[in-house]
Amino acid sequence: MIPYQPCLNIVFAMSLTTQDVEKVARLARLAMSPSEIETARTQLNGIFGLIAEMQAVDTDGVEPMSHSQDLAQRLREDKVTESNQREAFQAIAPQVEQGLFLVPKVIE
Amino acid sequence: MFESSLKQMGAALRAKKISSVELTQSYLDRMAQLNPQLNAFITINPEMSLAQAKAADARLAAGNADALTGIPIAQKDIFCAKDWLTTCGSKMLHNFVSPYDAHVISQFNNAGAINLGKTNMDEFAMGSSNETSYYGPVKNPWDTARVPGGSSGGTAAAVAARLCAAATGTDTGGSIRQPAALCGISGLKPTYGVVSRYGMIAFASSLDQAGPMGRSAEDLALMMNVMAGFDERDSTSLQCDKEDYTRDLNKPLASLRIGLPKEFFAEGMGSDVAKAIEAAIAEYKKLGATIVDISLPNSKLSVPVYYVLAPAEASSNLSRFDGVRYGYRAPEYSDLADMYEKSRAQGFGAEVQRRIMIGTYVLSHGYYDAYYIKAQRIRRLIAQDFVEAYKQCDVIMGPTSPSTAFKLGEKGDDPVQMYLSDIYTIAVNLAGLPGMSIPCGFGDNNMPVGLQIIGNYFDEARMLNVAHQYQLATDWHSRAPQL
Repeated sequence: MIPYQPCLNIVFAMSLTTQDVEKVARLARLAMSPSEIETARTQLNGIFGLIAEMQAVDTDGVEPMSHSQDLAQRLREDKVTESNQREAFQAIAPQVEQGLFLVPKVIE
Repeated sequence: MFESSLKQMGAALRAKKISSVELTQSYLDRMAQLNPQLNAFITINPEMSLAQAKAADARLAAGNADALTGIPIAQKDIFCAKDWLTTCGSKMLHNFVSPYDAHVISQFNNAGAINLGKTNMDEFAMGSSNETSYYGPVKNPWDTARVPGGSSGGTAAAVAARLCAAATGTDTGGSIRQPAALCGISGLKPTYGVVSRYGMIAFASSLDQAGPMGRSAEDLALMMNVMAGFDERDSTSLQCDKEDYTRDLNKPLASLRIGLPKEFFAEGMGSDVAKAIEAAIAEYKKLGATIVDISLPNSKLSVPVYYVLAPAEASSNLSRFDGVRYGYRAPEYSDLADMYEKSRAQGFGAEVQRRIMIGTYVLSHGYYDAYYIKAQRIRRLIAQDFVEAYKQCDVIMGPTSPSTAFKLGEKGDDPVQMYLSDIYTIAVNLAGLPGMSIPCGFGDNNMPVGLQIIGNYFDEARMLNVAHQYQLATDWHSRAPQL
């Protein structure tokens, strides 16, 4: 894991570059034109300006809170509960053939 | 009849003064007349609604009707309803006819309520004005040049315009309370985990919660009796006993302690909103309540924390929309990656893409601790403020929104301005507490103002009591827009 303090300096001394935004769009699987990347960059920098307020807060010793009730995830019995509904589900699929979902060829 | 409470409608149906088919048809006629100017609904299907009404009439005739049997309820288009188009306000799901029912939908079906249609909403519930819907913005029935709020703006407009008896909403950062305030209706976001999220299209799973929206607290209590309860299909559904949310409606408020957080009454609130809120507090004093000054020192951080956590969870939840199994697929692509990228770029609108981008960034390698974990730590500080506050008071009150309904297009292209309109509601979601909004007067331009009531965990019955007693003493909730 990256040490906390140095990481902060890296993050908040800079604003997002065009390359950063291109990388995020790629990770998010969103096709974006160069002009859309620039618009996104301006807006994201504005939003990160708002988010930067968090950094002034002392959170030493505060446990992260992921769920409001702090409960452990409930487990269920390991048994089959759902019936096969392939036809109903494939009726709304973009492209199917012989009960299979069709996608472009992945392996030559 | 459009002004009757759910209780009165139920009684009229059971007394055979009106049939469910007649009631449903009169709402469908009103929708046909008024929806074109409001755009509150994405899907209306009279055939399916009337078939349900016919079945409800058979149940009423057989004498085994429940409180809501035969009553027309509209459903936010975020709830999957079998054989209904379920779009979540997005082009991505423009052709998604759901193969199954959300838990909330099954609950209403089991109660014999009529699904009157699917209400318009901000795309994937991301927005505070209903302007991000792929199906066009909803107009506020009090002034059609103004927004109804969001994301449950279609529901709020439909209830305010009496296009349905009541309706459902969902609230991740204020999406039930803010539109309820802006449209002059009542809305309740329950404690996180009280209403099952099964079949409710996910935005930010640790914050999303469904709740009722209607014309009065009493109506909301009857809706809660149907919506709430344990469901094993939602892993965060809480195993609580079934409760009757109407049980405390008539209790006097003599011993009630109302906390007023000083942070909610500081700069930022419009003077017209402040005036209405102060008058509401004065009314509560007349009803016997005591006022306690409290502080929620970390609540000002709720907007930045929310705009890390909610987009992070959204970017993960929305990764399922890939054009493979359902929903939108781009017409042309070169390979699999290109198909994903083009389908998602064409299927999602600008605000949804923006939030996916924020979420992807804050979860990416090197930034996770500085943003995501940091936000989760501050989330705990925000929640602890409420724990401290409830040592001194029973409910917390303040404004729901800093201003009344703004004009369509007014917040323009600056997303930060829009995000700040949820400043009073977001902390409640972060803490997982129940919150509601009830009408408490009118501000500038005769637009409704909402009073926010925040309760302690699982205190919905008390909050409904607090709201109901106010609604017995005032008539803001029964004011309707002229259409």
